[in-house]
Amino acid sequence: MKPAVAALAAGSLFGVGLAVSGMTLPAKVVGFLDVTGHWDPTLAFVMAGAIAVHFVLFRLVLRRRAPIFDSHFHVPTRRDIDLRLVGGAALFGIGWGLAGQCPGPALTNLATGAPSAFLFVATMAAGMVIQRELDRVRAPRRDTAPAS
Amino acid sequence: MMTSMFVWAAVGGAFIGLSASLLMLSHGKVAGISGMIGGLLNPKTTDRSYRAWFLAGLVLVGLGFSLVRPQMLASTSSTPLGLIAAAGLLVGFGTSLGNGCTSGHGVCGISRLSTRSLIATSAFLVTGALTVFVARHLTGGGQ
Repeated sequence: MKPAVAALAAGSLFGVGLAVSGMTLPAKVVGFLDVTGHWDPTLAFVMAGAIAVHFVLFRLVLRRRAPIFDSHFHVPTRRDIDLRLVGGAALFGIGWGLAGQCPGPALTNLATGAPSAFLFVATMAAGMVIQRELDRVRAPRRDTAPAS
Repeated sequence: MMTSMFVWAAVGGAFIGLSASLLMLSHGKVAGISGMIGGLLNPKTTDRSYRAWFLAGLVLVGLGFSLVRPQMLASTSSTPLGLIAAAGLLVGFGTSLGNGCTSGHGVCGISRLSTRSLIATSAFLVTGALTVFVARHLTGGGQ
């Protein structure tokens, strides 16, 4: 199996999971976040299902000395809790609640050709670039290449 | 049927867990979607191929569903476009600053029992719920 095929297969599995579970429907996501209204708890089962499977398989995979197409595993090792982590996640949550979309489902929804889907992905990309550039301006010598 | 909705949600979740495990097995990488997108948008990124192929899979599956089961995707949106744009900016900025989204922190990080991811996930669930509360119940508009 070539690396590209494996990555494509993994991305496709992810997309099927999103569509089958209902994560691609913003109304359903907003219903899940609407804990004080008509709360729709179904999406909690998506997370539970994903974590249950990955919790076990991740540990089995890590018994290998290395992944198939790389010399070592790239597992995040950071443990620091800082304002960037909490503040970034908090801002993400506001956007998630406003549109009912997170990055994965937003990409899968591009396939509908809906203008709102393209607008969301374009502004999301812009937000990422703006954040990175702000970092670069504030700390010009810091390496901003992503860790994973 | 409520019961079948829960079952489909869990089955979909299992697919997502399988996907993350496959990517760890093949490339040794965390299946964090915001990180993959952000990496492709950064000219300094060297490992572009697996990111591009993984994200291509997400979009291609979307094309498949739009042909067979279009009702499983969101082709229309009741949210005003200005609000969508603001939401997109917040999602992009926030996931870049906080190093992850629902997939990287919510699924992969929690599966690793990472404290960082547990805290990030709690944070975005709380602000997401607060945002829906304000949009739906205080301003009475929106979705």
